Amino acid sequence: MERIKHKEGGSASRKRAAVKRRSEMSYHFMVFPGLFFLILFSYIPMFGVIMAFQDFVPAKGFFRSEFVGLKHFIYMFQLPDIGKIIRNTVVIALGKMIFGMVIAIAFSILLNEIRIKFMKKTVQTIVYLPHFLSWVVLASVVTNLFGLDGSVNQFIAAIGLDKINFLGNSKVFPGLIIGTDVWKEFGYSSVVYLAAITSIDPGLHEAATMDGASWWKRVWNVTLPGMLPIILLMTAMNLTSILSAGFDQIYNLYSPIVYETGDVLDTYVYRIGLVGRQYSFGAAVGLCRSVVGMVLLLSANAMTKKLTDQKIF
Amino acid sequence: MIDNKSFHSRVRITIIYIIVILLGLGCLFPLLNIVAISLSGSAAVSANKVGILPVDFTLIAYDKIVSDGQFWRSFMISVIRVFLALLLNLAVTVPMAYAMTKSKKEFRARNIYMNLLIFAMLFNGGMIPTYILVRNLGMLNSIWALVLPGALPIFNVILLMNFFLGIPKSLEEAALIDGASPFQVLLKIMIPCAKPCLATVSLFSIVGSWNDFFSGLIYMQKLEDYPIMTYIQSLNVDIQQLLKSGASSSTLENVTELSNRNLNAAKIVVAVIPLLMIYPILQKYLITGMVMGSVKE
Repeated sequence: MERIKHKEGGSASRKRAAVKRRSEMSYHFMVFPGLFFLILFSYIPMFGVIMAFQDFVPAKGFFRSEFVGLKHFIYMFQLPDIGKIIRNTVVIALGKMIFGMVIAIAFSILLNEIRIKFMKKTVQTIVYLPHFLSWVVLASVVTNLFGLDGSVNQFIAAIGLDKINFLGNSKVFPGLIIGTDVWKEFGYSSVVYLAAITSIDPGLHEAATMDGASWWKRVWNVTLPGMLPIILLMTAMNLTSILSAGFDQIYNLYSPIVYETGDVLDTYVYRIGLVGRQYSFGAAVGLCRSVVGMVLLLSANAMTKKLTDQKIF
Repeated sequence: MIDNKSFHSRVRITIIYIIVILLGLGCLFPLLNIVAISLSGSAAVSANKVGILPVDFTLIAYDKIVSDGQFWRSFMISVIRVFLALLLNLAVTVPMAYAMTKSKKEFRARNIYMNLLIFAMLFNGGMIPTYILVRNLGMLNSIWALVLPGALPIFNVILLMNFFLGIPKSLEEAALIDGASPFQVLLKIMIPCAKPCLATVSLFSIVGSWNDFFSGLIYMQKLEDYPIMTYIQSLNVDIQQLLKSGASSSTLENVTELSNRNLNAAKIVVAVIPLLMIYPILQKYLITGMVMGSVKE
């Protein structure tokens, strides 16, 4: 009896092993197209960073360009510009993150109070829209509004104040960048917070109301604590992009007059590296940016795991 | 006491409604402004008299666009590019995401592939090595430069993988016992079950390709090859700079065209119409996508 069972089991398991091998082959096939593009467009450029340690000349390629060690990195840190550019990047990215989150959270709390369904839907439809539009398009919108003769300045002039050159004054330019980005994204980023609010147990609100808590008190003591895990998660996720202040937006709005406060890492790499054809130097700056970005992402992931039991990836 | 309380809450609700309405209008007005500019007479536009309603209503700008060869060329390049990218994205990400749902037991190399994907999300070579690669591959000025570098959106692979993992295992096992191959399982079971998620990643792909201007900017050297957003972006070039750099008569002609703000506004409006057309679907699926992507358990 035992033996027969074993025998049967043997042939069946052999069959199963064959099927398993065949399905494993299929999985390799399924991965293959993706793997091809992954290697071609993600991993080969990673090896391409070798050019940051060379005086790369496209005609000579990677193999015959001269190696110069850390020359470009040393040059980078000696540049007076680099401190300014890093500061601009961090200021703009942090500003976008802080104001963006505060407004989105506040908006989601307010929107949750709207009981007229039709109105809630309409407002949502409108405020999500800018997220789906390209900065190329929105840059024109912004220029039309904030240009020297735009509607905003006409209003400012009408109430008797001096016109402000939003796009050409390096003092106000970062504010314009942060403000317009918050305007574009607050609606769409409120989606996550709205989802978090609706998942809070309504019993908590009822209990708080029974105890005589005012609306403000309930927001502070029930709604916000209930949203805390999501807020922490989003903070960690946003912190990882602290070195990308938004190329598309800044590229479409800035000009040499506002480089002082508006030039960020990505725009700098593009201008110097690609337009100026200093490929090696551009790649060196890009490499530093990627490395810091990776460290930030890893620490953010570790932090969220610890704080909220969730993880980014 | 109670009256006082309900009075307070009524005031509060009113204030909340007012704030929310103002925020909504704040999002809508800047967009209406550009539509109004596109429909206004150029004199009114130059004098900055246009608010959210057209002044001296005219369709001249749209009439000009109809016969603008370059605009439609760029428009079509973008349409073709969106389709190519969508097909390629789905063909590449869906099978990969499915293979990634297998356990290490079923697919021994799974973790190696997964780590390769995750590392590529963490670290990238940057703008310049990618540019040099595309150049060395001889893809400059070809539509493939707009499509191939973005063929594998890793975030979408992870999104799909998570969705596939949520499909009851029993469905798949039943099919496997009936002798279905992994490809059949993917085609007949996983893909039909994952329709909402497929819609989400498709829309990510469509919006991303349509809105992208940067690859056109760096990989295309001639205006004729620009996709629509790069073309629109090129309209914003500083006219003064063009004039100073000793512009030829043909560029000067361009300059007079560039200074035509209502024509540019009309081009922008037309370039956004395809997105507005799919916006109702977008709203439905991208929001599920956003919630799926960020609230992972």
